[in-house]
Amino acid sequence: MAEVAEKVKQKEPLFSKKNKGLMTDPLFDNNPITIQVLGICSALAITAQLKASIVMAVAVMFVLAMGNVVISLMRTIIPSKIRIIVQLVVVATLVIIVDLVLKAFAYELSKQLSVFVGLIITNCIIMGRFEAFALGNGPWKSFLDGIGNAAGYGLILIIVGFFRELLGSGTLLGFQVLGDPIEKTGLYALGYENNGFMLLAPMALITVGVIIWIQRSRNQSLIES
Amino acid sequence: MANTEKNSYTILFSIGMVVIVGAVLAGLFGSLNSQIKENQKKEKKQNILFAMGITKATISGNQEDVNLPVDATEADKVFSEYVGENQFIIEGTKATKTSKAFEIDVKKEGQLAKKDSYTRKLPLFIGNIKGKKSYVVPLYGKGLWDAIWGYVALDEDLKTVKGAFFDHKGETPGLGANIKEKFFYEDFKGESIYNGSEFKGITVAKGNNDPTNKRKNDNKVDAIAGATITGDGVTAMIKTDLKMYVPYFQTVKAN
Repeated sequence: MAEVAEKVKQKEPLFSKKNKGLMTDPLFDNNPITIQVLGICSALAITAQLKASIVMAVAVMFVLAMGNVVISLMRTIIPSKIRIIVQLVVVATLVIIVDLVLKAFAYELSKQLSVFVGLIITNCIIMGRFEAFALGNGPWKSFLDGIGNAAGYGLILIIVGFFRELLGSGTLLGFQVLGDPIEKTGLYALGYENNGFMLLAPMALITVGVIIWIQRSRNQSLIES
Repeated sequence: MANTEKNSYTILFSIGMVVIVGAVLAGLFGSLNSQIKENQKKEKKQNILFAMGITKATISGNQEDVNLPVDATEADKVFSEYVGENQFIIEGTKATKTSKAFEIDVKKEGQLAKKDSYTRKLPLFIGNIKGKKSYVVPLYGKGLWDAIWGYVALDEDLKTVKGAFFDHKGETPGLGANIKEKFFYEDFKGESIYNGSEFKGITVAKGNNDPTNKRKNDNKVDAIAGATITGDGVTAMIKTDLKMYVPYFQTVKAN
């Protein structure tokens, strides 16, 4: 039986409808942050700047996709009693490898990433996908699932980072887009002030809340009864 | 396939996993460590040069590069050109010229100095820019989450800050992490670390009504909103670490 199932799987094209769904579902209707409410901790901590959000999204995508593949390849030999520990070891190892390689060959980039490396290990989305998906699916599907979920996570991070940096600091990616707050040019000449509260973690929570609200009012089927 | 539920399998699996992961990581670290150390040394040179005002613009002549450090590939060459052998270890009021000053780990020295019997070795780098000396002092302290450090360069009068550089290990992005941004370190330029003849350091102050930092003699710079503890860390680090050099600076001035 197992052999037959294996053959059926092999016939499936690489980007079948189902496989595409693995990548696109987590972007919207099954978003890890707004629907599954995972990965909130890092979404609050690092979204004060757009650049940090983007860097974190890319870093998580790499670790989640690679980790999903590794766990998926090992899924038949992992003892279920210690599977969580094995998952942790895989994440931590991947993160340390990335960190060491960056430090040796892309030192500038590793300096920018320093804060995020530790945060990747604690990201609940990664453990969540290992546990819920990679342990029961093949490597290719797991890879797509990893890319999809990390993209869904990254999308929310970038939206939140965009609004927090724009309203909190009046900049985007470090460029002053609303004028100079000290010289009082641009919008600031009209009496506009940056909202410093946007830079603090509670406003990230409220921003995520607003996204959840908009998403559920557009798609009522997402509302829990 | 072995029975993965058996205790003996679980134990063997864990041992195997730890051995493999340990070997992979240790091997990788061993092969990359020298490269990483080299990068860190270059970064230190870039930072010391940056504090005394030697930036990428000094080398390239392009004013747009003024906020960037010297390229890592050129760090060694530029450092030996401007600082070279002018590295000193200060013990009390005595200074010894030695290239070992660069190797001193300020964090380790701070821990060793907790013992009363130990005389702390203080590294000092003296840059020579067109005949003018600038004295670069390394600082090390703690911010909100983790370590912060920096370099402060003093003018020949040993009173006025020529430039400063700060960095951190894990301060909050957008808040405390902004100590390494231009708008923060720029404010230190021209500030005096003395009030009259009394050593004051520089306080990162909130609400001193001087956001553009026009007053240079108030020993204060404008703080970053939302980064109180990191700012206090910078204040404390300047006060304690810079103060240790004051006895030596006074003997330099007296001569």
